[in-house]
Amino acid sequence: MNVPSNLKYTQSHEWVRSEPDGSITVGITEHAQDLLGDLVFIDLPEVGKTLAAGQEAAVVESVKAAADVYAPVAGTVTEINPALADAPESVNADAYAAWLFRMKPANANDVDGLLDATSYTAVASE
Amino acid sequence: MTQKTVLNEMHRRLGAKMVDFGGWDMPLHYGSQIEEHHAVRRDCGMFDVSHMCALDVAGPDAKTFLLRLIANNVGRLQTPGKALYSAMLNPSGGVVDDLIVYFVEDGQYRVVINAGTAEKDIAWMNARLAEWNLAATCLPRRDLAIIAVQGPNAKSRVWQVLPETRAASEALPPFHSISVGDYFVATTGYTGEDGLEITLPASKAQAFWQALLDAGVPPIGLGARDTLRLEAGMNLYGQDMDENVSPLDAGLTWTVDLSSDRDFVGKAALLAQPQRYDFLGLVLLDRGVLRAHQSVTSEHGDGEITSGTFSPTLQTSIALARLPLGTAIGETVHVAVRDKQLAARVTKPRFVRNGRGLI
Repeated sequence: MNVPSNLKYTQSHEWVRSEPDGSITVGITEHAQDLLGDLVFIDLPEVGKTLAAGQEAAVVESVKAAADVYAPVAGTVTEINPALADAPESVNADAYAAWLFRMKPANANDVDGLLDATSYTAVASE
Repeated sequence: MTQKTVLNEMHRRLGAKMVDFGGWDMPLHYGSQIEEHHAVRRDCGMFDVSHMCALDVAGPDAKTFLLRLIANNVGRLQTPGKALYSAMLNPSGGVVDDLIVYFVEDGQYRVVINAGTAEKDIAWMNARLAEWNLAATCLPRRDLAIIAVQGPNAKSRVWQVLPETRAASEALPPFHSISVGDYFVATTGYTGEDGLEITLPASKAQAFWQALLDAGVPPIGLGARDTLRLEAGMNLYGQDMDENVSPLDAGLTWTVDLSSDRDFVGKAALLAQPQRYDFLGLVLLDRGVLRAHQSVTSEHGDGEITSGTFSPTLQTSIALARLPLGTAIGETVHVAVRDKQLAARVTKPRFVRNGRGLI
């Protein structure tokens, strides 16, 4: 299982990368895309939307199923990945490169409370 | 307990993602469902459909039995080998199962039923045989495997592997069958493409599957089987119809014979309760994916999607839906998808045939 050690993770299979400007980048893990299969549509949040931790932020749909993507921490959406509208399959090709959205966390320390790679590997192996 | 087909081990060796389907451990895909879909539309692919159950219905009263049991008229099967798609109804006119009947010879029919409904169907059929006191038997053939090879190049690949079937199946019209030694070869399928469904002894299935693999035929999972049948506008039992749905409301009117004097189970109910919905197609105009059970709003009233997916061929989302009577092809309706109302265009319930989009 590919779980990069420089990222943080959630129980619900999002990955989180802290950026130098204090924002976070969010995507779904390789394990999540493998469970879903070929992605065909991704519904991203509106920039400026305020989300609570664990609130539905985006929807990823494969041929077979739809799955919610949750805000890993509370914050405001600052950017969405425009490339995904025409190429949702890029998440299947490289789940850690094809990010979904960026957020400004309401509380910078919240990110520290997320899972590290070792803990997430345990979650995903269940 | 989950049942396995004779090809289970081969699916696993091919790296299939396995899922439970109607109590059977079956391949969902072998890597990419979309690539598998395209392979069938553009070249060919093979499906293990051994979970479906072949039944031999035989005896002096076999024809009488099937005439009373199913909604389509088995009397239309005049020449050996001809096949008929139909539904088996309950007394309320709901669909017990959909099935294909092959006419083998006088007093001998092959009936293929769905996997998840097989036990229920067999019990139902045996109960009717006893009730009607007919001289016929209904024998499940779990000693057989079924492999469907579908796509524009399907037949030539099968003939490459089984040259002895070529002469017999080359001239076979659609929806016909013929026996060649141990192989029961039929020009039926569930994809909207040319192809064959081959029923053979389970003991020979692994060798046949391997020979097709060696001939370059890719294996196709249930995921692509579903998107292929939906594009072709073919119903899926349990989704587009079930025991509480009339075939008249599920786009199956063409499989119901109400014009002859013949009586069959469910006929009185169908006559007493005419069609209530039009069964039509939808093509999504907005961005998103249509799914089963989403509700549809139109100027004629409300309806419901019974099957929805992303169409790999058309590169947009499509659905089959029960819509209010009077809904016209070309109309725009709205589908509730989460918190949005997405616009969709009403189409004929058939989206792709022989690799080409119809809408």
